[in-house]
Amino acid sequence: MLFFVVETVIKTIVVFGVFLLFCAYLTLAERKILGHIQVRIGPNRVGPWGLLQPIADGLKALFKEEVVPERSDKVLFIIAPMISVSMALCLMAVIPFGDHITLFGKKINLVIANSEIGLLYLFAFASLADYGVVIGGWSSYNKYGLLGGLRAAAQMISYEIALGLSCVGVIMISGSLNLVDIVKAQAGGHWNVIYQPIAFIFYIICALAEINRTPFDMPEAESELACGYNIEYSSMKFSLFFIGEYAHLMIVAAVATTLFLGGWHGPYLPSVVWFLIKTFLIVFFFMWQRGTFPRLRYDRIMMLGWKVLLPLTLANIFVTGLVMVLAR
Amino acid sequence: MVVGILFKWCVFLAMSMGVIFGGLMVISRRNPIHCALFMVMSFFCTAVLYLIMNQPFIAVLQVLVYSGAIMMLIIFVIMLLRLEEEKIAKLKFSYTKLTGTILGIIFFFQLLMGVIAPLIGKTGKITAEVIAKEGSTVIIAKELFTRYLLIFELSSVLLLVAIIGAVVLSKGK
Repeated sequence: MLFFVVETVIKTIVVFGVFLLFCAYLTLAERKILGHIQVRIGPNRVGPWGLLQPIADGLKALFKEEVVPERSDKVLFIIAPMISVSMALCLMAVIPFGDHITLFGKKINLVIANSEIGLLYLFAFASLADYGVVIGGWSSYNKYGLLGGLRAAAQMISYEIALGLSCVGVIMISGSLNLVDIVKAQAGGHWNVIYQPIAFIFYIICALAEINRTPFDMPEAESELACGYNIEYSSMKFSLFFIGEYAHLMIVAAVATTLFLGGWHGPYLPSVVWFLIKTFLIVFFFMWQRGTFPRLRYDRIMMLGWKVLLPLTLANIFVTGLVMVLAR
Repeated sequence: MVVGILFKWCVFLAMSMGVIFGGLMVISRRNPIHCALFMVMSFFCTAVLYLIMNQPFIAVLQVLVYSGAIMMLIIFVIMLLRLEEEKIAKLKFSYTKLTGTILGIIFFFQLLMGVIAPLIGKTGKITAEVIAKEGSTVIIAKELFTRYLLIFELSSVLLLVAIIGAVVLSKGK
């Protein structure tokens, strides 16, 4: 009992710390990668290769003046970024980031909560994270903010459905909602991406919409909404929204790794290293495509979600079921 | 073991207070957005109550469907309508209040029955031990797709009718 409590507390602290550090350095990585795509150098003044840039940004945000609009809903205005970042951090709890290790003669599973309903937990908390954006847009008493929040709500509701449906094929093959079981079912090179290639593509598209990245960055479209839901936010509250966004980006990549790319499985290297390699490859893909694709128009985004992705993901489930019944 | 039970009681007390406080705020706040957000809080606390009853599947569905999807749509509609605070306060829903009271009383007795039934020795086939052995997700899936298949299909047809109705109504004008 005591060992279990100590184990969980230590795992939580380590995962939390490492995860936040990754989130901070993702900002630097994104700026560097986008810089190289656009034939620029990117940040290189603070520390060698700009390595201290995230720390400098954080310090700047902490010491900046807080501005709260006079006619805003003050309580909700302050709570909104908290919701955004805390819900995104909660998601890390069920993701298995490695196989078990043995310490002091005890077997320790490298996952914080080995839950029976891990995948549903992810969807539940991801849908709660949307409230941060919506409340943030509404409470700041700004028409651009409100429009950004509304767009975010509409887009996230539409794409959450297709996102959930694209994972159903994986659940059918693995026969479990437990993420550890799903990873274990992919042992020996039987990655789900081989059996569900189309679902993987749908998952990536829906995930991009879910985390509001280009081509789907409607809620914060600079050219038409002047930054959208976070228009009135400054200093650390603004940073919290950003940390939440990058945390969500990491999580989405980690879930893609877990569901489709075999999780921690891989030869020679330790399991944690394999997990991180796969996750960061997907994160790199997300940044790469940001430098490549233009933004979609809003009605096109909604049309793609409801009229293209939803029927196709449903068809994928149908075909998967049919093949499973016939192959039995 | 004692610590575990104490912890469960603390969580139970905090969360049931959260449900009641959230519910009171929903019916007493003037601002419709605040009402909706307190409702989210109430639903979330209910989900935690399911969790300490060893029903993670129901708990997660509660968060996913009610706090996540349905409340988000309600907030969306409130934002689009831009309801004024004063207008809401002046409207009198007498019939709504009456139906709500009757339904509330019926629901209360149903809950009471649920608490009393195990005490007088009435239990179903699926007890806490069975759930702990098989896992709640497996049991729900088995029951839903065998014993309650007809009801399940009928309710999906009902939802389909509702969707078609909504489309027809919105296209009518």
